[in-house]
Amino acid sequence: MDFLNYALMQRALLAAVLVGVTAPAIGIYLVQRRQSLMGDGIGHVAMTGVGLGFLLSASPVWTATAVSVAGALLMELIRWYGRTRGDIALAMLFYGGMSGGVLFVNLAPGGSNANLTSYLFGSLSTVSPSDVTAICLLAAFVVAVTLGLRRQLFAVSQDEEFARVTGLPVRALNLLTAVTAAVTVTVAMRVVGLLLVSALMVVPVAAAQQLGRSFAATFAIAVAIGVSVTIGGTVTSYYQDVPPGATIVLLAIAAFVALTALSAPPARRRARPAAAARPAAARPAADPAGCTIPATRGAAEEAGA
Amino acid sequence: MERQDDTVVSLRGVRAELGSRPVLRGIDLAVRRGEVVALLGANGSGKSTAVRSAIGQVPVTAGEVALFGTPLGRFRDWARVGYVPQRTTTEGGVPATVTEIVSAGRLARTRFGLFRGADRAAVREALERVGMADRAKDPVTALSGGQHQRVLIARALAVEPELLIMDEPMAGVDLASQEVLAHTLREEVGRGTAVLLVLHELGPLEPLIDRAVVLRDGCVLHDGPPPRASADIPPSSPLRSSRGYPQPGHDHVHPHDASGAAPIRTGPLS
Ligand SMILES: Nc1ncnc2c1ncn2[C@@H]1O[C@H](COP(=O)(O)OP(=O)(O)OP(=O)(O)O)[C@@H](O)[C@H]1O
Ligand SMILES: [Mg+2]
Repeated sequence: MDFLNYALMQRALLAAVLVGVTAPAIGIYLVQRRQSLMGDGIGHVAMTGVGLGFLLSASPVWTATAVSVAGALLMELIRWYGRTRGDIALAMLFYGGMSGGVLFVNLAPGGSNANLTSYLFGSLSTVSPSDVTAICLLAAFVVAVTLGLRRQLFAVSQDEEFARVTGLPVRALNLLTAVTAAVTVTVAMRVVGLLLVSALMVVPVAAAQQLGRSFAATFAIAVAIGVSVTIGGTVTSYYQDVPPGATIVLLAIAAFVALTALSAPPARRRARPAAAARPAAARPAADPAGCTIPATRGAAEEAGA
Repeated sequence: MERQDDTVVSLRGVRAELGSRPVLRGIDLAVRRGEVVALLGANGSGKSTAVRSAIGQVPVTAGEVALFGTPLGRFRDWARVGYVPQRTTTEGGVPATVTEIVSAGRLARTRFGLFRGADRAAVREALERVGMADRAKDPVTALSGGQHQRVLIARALAVEPELLIMDEPMAGVDLASQEVLAHTLREEVGRGTAVLLVLHELGPLEPLIDRAVVLRDGCVLHDGPPPRASADIPPSSPLRSSRGYPQPGHDHVHPHDASGAAPIRTGPLS
């Protein structure tokens, strides 16, 4: 491995680790509030930002951040105000964002859809040192929000009405969640690509749910899975010369399938104590394996009554 | 007004619409410090809407709402309020333990969501008071409906509120646990907590209830003493206050007590 490749690989791996941490970290809140596809919508909107970057010869990472933050705020506002036509408005936002991206890229001098491809599916060779700086800064913001405000974000995502009655600034927290999701999209854009960003927000969380019993554990497992698949996918795509995004997402799905298969027996084991505890107000010290029928009354008698 | 000082919830002439349909049509309701008020009425009579308008979750089209004498728009002191919503089946998409859920109820008493020892102790105590301490580490999805309801009550108790607002807290809770909760509520009331609760049957809570407000079609039909379960026991009798929670020396159990002695149905006829 010559030095150039080595430096490139270092940058790609650093970016990959940051994506592996941030995407599931914000994704878990989106999954909890059943907005799993929000990342996908932001990804579409971010395309306009990338196109704008080409057109203005600015860094696409920063223009994409600006446009996707604006798009995420707009989505959140549509969620508040547009009750009936909300989904139509969102559809227009998504496809408008995608079309805007294609239009701007082709308007840019010497631009064509080919320029867009590396942003759609991710690319290692194009991660520049300035991209890495931007990704580090944005990732630090995402980690600060998702860890620092975890109790508040958990409360809001779990039960919005109750959170309001505890005096939390629910609207501000919702907007912050949307902004953080938008920032995560641009963090992940270079490595996984805009079209597959959402998968990395959702799939590691879905996989972690198979093992985690608490929110905290699910969070930790999801981030661990996220980091493993992004590193694994980056290394694989380096040697096989395939777009890293696709490799990473397929690895994440493989992790989901494997954990689902592995966790099926414990899930069954877990269900039994819960069922045993149901009839009594207090759970007996040890969960009995079966029912103890009083000697005087047989099962047949019970059924006949 | 002279009652301003000790009125913890006050609704005056409150009207509210849901989906451009009038649901509350001029409701007056007041709960004073240390008072337990039951809100009764048929399905769809507007009980939940009344309770949710009192905490600002339903926009009010006319009338005034005040908590602790402060108009709702300016009220910020949410640590004084504990809320138990009418249980919905919607749950978050991510597993969460009983402790994590109840901790969310404690947030109002923390600074920037930082939990100290006292906060963890309050969460533990709230779980003990509803008899769910042994399930603290279990995921909520592994609970039965009634157990889940008790967790939601613990979440409201964790903030150590001065006002408890509960929307059908006993729905799906078995009689033994209802009595445990009635006992818990009696302790709360003893500390001076005011309680506004939506009920369909008074059940073991009956001796605690000072006043009942009955709604019908978004109007107050009755505001006064609770409809009594057994007319032969006068309200002042010590018997009334001793019923409804476990008695150490009272081991003779009346299995039919709940359904037989509490025929307070809040159907259209009441
Ligand atoms: N989101 C909504 N949009 C439109 N109408 C609603 C909405 N929620 C409730 N309503 C209507 O408002 C009326 C009062 O509802 P509310 O939930 O306050 O009843 P309730 O007294 O709590 O009934 P229950 O005993 O079933 O809980 C009902 O007729 C209901 O159909
Ligand atoms: Mg209701």
